[in-house]
Amino acid sequence: MATLEIRDLHVSVEADGGSKEILRGVDLTIRSGETHAIMGPNGSGKSTLAYSIAGHPKYEVTGGSVTLDGEDVLEMSVDERARAGLFLAMQYPVEVPGVTVSNFLRTAKTAIDGEAPKLRTWVKDVRSAMEGLRMDASFAERNVNEGFSGGEKKRHEILQMELLRPKFAILDETDSGLDVDALKVVSEGVNRVRQGNDVGMLLITHYTRILRYITPDFVHVFVDGKVAEQGGPELADALEESGYDRFLTPAAG
Amino acid sequence: MTVVEENRTPGDELADTPGATGRAHSHGAGTVPDASRAARRTSFEVADFAVPTGREEEWRFSPFARIKALFEVAAAESAPALEVSAPEGVEVRSGSLEEVGAGTGFVPGDRVAAAAWQAGGQAHLVRIPAEAELDEPVLLTLRGTGGATSGHLVVDAGRHSRATVVLDHVGSGTHRGGVEVRAGDGAQLTFVTLQEWDSGAVQVSQQDVLVGRDATVKHFAVTLGGDVVRLSTNVRYAAPGGDAQCLGLYFSDAGQHLEHRLFVDHEATHCKSYVEYKGALQGETARSVWIGDVLIRAAAEGTETYELNRNLVLTDGARADSVPNLEIETGEIVGAGHASATGRFDDEQLFYLQSRGLAEADARRLVVRGFFADILQRIGVPAVQERLLATIETELETTMPAAAGATVPAAGSSTMPAPAGGQQTDAEKAEEN
Ligand SMILES: Nc1ncnc2c1ncn2[C@@H]1O[C@H](COP(=O)(O)OP(=O)(O)OP(=O)(O)O)[C@@H](O)[C@H]1O
Ligand SMILES: [Mg+2]
Repeated sequence: MATLEIRDLHVSVEADGGSKEILRGVDLTIRSGETHAIMGPNGSGKSTLAYSIAGHPKYEVTGGSVTLDGEDVLEMSVDERARAGLFLAMQYPVEVPGVTVSNFLRTAKTAIDGEAPKLRTWVKDVRSAMEGLRMDASFAERNVNEGFSGGEKKRHEILQMELLRPKFAILDETDSGLDVDALKVVSEGVNRVRQGNDVGMLLITHYTRILRYITPDFVHVFVDGKVAEQGGPELADALEESGYDRFLTPAAG
Repeated sequence: MTVVEENRTPGDELADTPGATGRAHSHGAGTVPDASRAARRTSFEVADFAVPTGREEEWRFSPFARIKALFEVAAAESAPALEVSAPEGVEVRSGSLEEVGAGTGFVPGDRVAAAAWQAGGQAHLVRIPAEAELDEPVLLTLRGTGGATSGHLVVDAGRHSRATVVLDHVGSGTHRGGVEVRAGDGAQLTFVTLQEWDSGAVQVSQQDVLVGRDATVKHFAVTLGGDVVRLSTNVRYAAPGGDAQCLGLYFSDAGQHLEHRLFVDHEATHCKSYVEYKGALQGETARSVWIGDVLIRAAAEGTETYELNRNLVLTDGARADSVPNLEIETGEIVGAGHASATGRFDDEQLFYLQSRGLAEADARRLVVRGFFADILQRIGVPAVQERLLATIETELETTMPAAAGATVPAAGSSTMPAPAGGQQTDAEKAEEN
């Protein structure tokens, strides 16, 4: 049983020579086995939250804390966070020319586990995970994300999550840009990870669509750099009806 | 006819860090003051070349003080040792320039090459008989032992032969070397020149490639060692239907000047050329120069050519110059284009790999390895490829941890300044004629 705890997190980025605050006091606690959906309009800071937890150097934490079972995550380097069990499925995964998917996966697995995976079981694991995500075997020999379609990139992110078995996974708009079939395939992959492991999940999304396939335990509405409202899955239904409008008008008082 | 002229800025794969002081220079066609590349003098006589001042177009990028001794004939005292390992049937001989039949596919193109020619000394011939198909490469090792040397090598591939010849430059000293590659009609020849000198070595070489009718020649240059390496490769076609590929790879460390100058002269009809060089630079004073001149003469109808140079600047202070220059004198061609991109290390790639658990040094190594992987594979000699990859990794290992410390704090990245990814470098846009 692990806990990822975010307390009063303030994050800024450098913009036009000045510093711009984007996260303005985020509180969130995720435990193993829980799935949290974070929903919010464009530009509300969802990716900023994801990147800040993962340690992207572009984002400067100006206040608050992130801890994993009491350990200070913000003190860790990006790779230390990954080895501690954090995983970020990126909204825009980058290309790594000349590095094959198969080499990349094995290198990452070795780095996370601190030892090379047993060859025979590893090859089998990779193959079955790829089959589950309806990825052709030829992907293993292609260069990471090079020439991948949007949907293929997202599958590749989920593939990594399945193989690396993190304690906490943050999925940043994994659903966006997917057609219905791809969405189902990706959701199945996510659900396999949820069932197989005691993973805690932070599912960032703009739309309620994916929540039909992945039922969250908690829903947080994210507006203007912080959580504006939280509830159970029914909150997502309410958003489906009324959209984000009622959160966007500044509350009086 | 399609003319593609681009000077890609590397937003896609090679991103920049604003505020960095690393210089990445890239010039499009049009900055070269020479009237035409065709007007450049070639001669066997030293006297036909004035002693350069360092301001000439062809010398202005070179570290003048470190090479100026090579302008005099007397600079060479001895012939370098050449170790040969050749499969059965290959003729290997040594002698004077005359005795090995040098000069039918080679004319000095600058003062150093002419001085080396005039200094004479020992020349070598590697001859692959007509229609011979070699399963094993010919391996030549030129070993410098500290002195100043000149030398000339003729590689003569008979018609319809198929062979790979590897010339490896190792050791120390100052070397002027001429190489003359002649591929007969229908020959398929791969010539690999490796510059793996010890530090301190200086080499200025000219390598001429003469492509026969319907012959296919791959010229592959890999430069990792030495203090100064200036390698000029000139390709000409003896008859129609020839296909030349010039591939190259260099890794410049602090204090190294690695310069590759290509000239592909299309005069015969229906010939192809493809040039691709990739370089990485690390360390304050690391320097690389790449000049890619392609001339399509009026007679060269049906020509197809493309040239590409890509540089990856790993640390601040390193400088890569890249000058593609395409001259086209006829419209009756299949296609012609060039691209040049100089980019800095991509922080987004680094973040992606680190977020998958790779320590920063390992992530950098993987990216550089990936950058070189495809071109390295095209050497086609697995043993050589593996050795070169190991050398590259060793270079990264010894210098990268220090380099890494300069850009990312060891612990905690929450207070990092913003290195926005995906921005353009200061590589200049193509200046189109
Ligand atoms: N490097 C940066 N420089 C300037 N502004 C930035 C930077 N990164 C993010 N921002 C700004 O911070 C705000 C939040 O961005 P973020 O990407 O976190 O939003 P998001 O909720 O993920 O949006 P989307 O739904 O479009 O993915 C936006 O206004 C964005 O423009
Ligand atoms: Mg986002």
